[in-house]
Amino acid sequence: MSRFLKTLAVAAVLLVVTPALSAPSVEIKNDAFAPSTLTITAGETVTFTNDDDDAHTVTANDGSFDSKGLDTNGRWRHAFVKPGTYTYFCELHPFMKGTIVVKPVTQ
Amino acid sequence: MNRGLFLEHVGWTGAGIAYALGSGGLLTGRAIASGAVGAVEFVQISDSHIGFHQPANPDVSGTLKMAVDAINGMPSQPAFVVHTGDITHLSTAAQFDDARAILSRLRAPLIALPGEHDVVGNDFKPYLANFRIPHSTAGGWASWDASGVHYIVLLNVFNFEKLGLLGSDQLEWLRKDLAGVARTTPIVVFTHVPLYALYPQWGWTTEDGTKALALLQPFDRVTVLNGHIHQIVTHEEGNIRFASADATAYPQPKPGSAPKPGPVTLPRGDLLRAIGYRTVEIDGGNLRFEDSALG
Repeated sequence: MSRFLKTLAVAAVLLVVTPALSAPSVEIKNDAFAPSTLTITAGETVTFTNDDDDAHTVTANDGSFDSKGLDTNGRWRHAFVKPGTYTYFCELHPFMKGTIVVKPVTQ
Repeated sequence: MNRGLFLEHVGWTGAGIAYALGSGGLLTGRAIASGAVGAVEFVQISDSHIGFHQPANPDVSGTLKMAVDAINGMPSQPAFVVHTGDITHLSTAAQFDDARAILSRLRAPLIALPGEHDVVGNDFKPYLANFRIPHSTAGGWASWDASGVHYIVLLNVFNFEKLGLLGSDQLEWLRKDLAGVARTTPIVVFTHVPLYALYPQWGWTTEDGTKALALLQPFDRVTVLNGHIHQIVTHEEGNIRFASADATAYPQPKPGSAPKPGPVTLPRGDLLRAIGYRTVEIDGGNLRFEDSALG
């Protein structure tokens, strides 16, 4: 493999891997959302992953989004289009609370 | 099969129930064999979580079947079996199908309450496609009289942001319902979430439960039987006795004994000793119950 091709291969790997590393995500574990407050930019998609041994939901207090039942290892993605502060909770464990802060896109 | 005995015990109705004061002032109890030969009036099962596939119980259908077989094998069949909610884990059609298939094998009539796991998304429809509480009102709650007892089903699983909420419509219905009941009539209330503040830190409470309890307090003998917390905890407030039931799926930690509630994983033999069903006898208006483990 030529040096050029190797470089291309590495670049391709980086292209694939980098967005995954920087993609905003919330982990659900031990009856908590982590991080409890996540700040993103409008248009970004947040991935919620249930790493707990119990089922949970990601339910907006204002009703604007709802994952419905998210079983163990379940994953749910939601795109936040409008800037604002969104509080959410788990319908099955309402003491679990989280916040997504959506900043406007800076020109 | 019967539960072990606690050291300090107090007769609840003369025989049958034993309980001990646990941490936080909570009464945790286990029934003792009463030796009585009274007929079982009804059986309570709870928290089957059909669809749950975690190490705490990889076969929740199997353990529910064990409970059904044990009840069907009783020498005299109860008037009914009440399931106090969380029949399924996530309210899916397949989970309700599986649960209904197992529960329909019961020889006695079934009265199944929804738990919050049966109405995920505040959606009552998947439950109603499979189960219906007899005598129920439009809201789903119900009451009826049988064998000299006034039975009440209260639903405290429909809400957003608060779990354990009855709402003003149901409370108003309860007020009217009780207006026609004599003070001396024994009352048995079924709920999913505990009606009193059993352990609010984990959501084991009903926000407006005190309003319902105030309506029930004037009656001589009130018993509230619930599920949700996957363990036997008994408690008394005035004339009202409370007893939460074991699950058929898996146990949860004792209040405050773990960082969070949730499934507790035990070796198989220990699991079967931590889940089970409850038989209830009614003797001269007094309720006597016995909790039996599956192993």
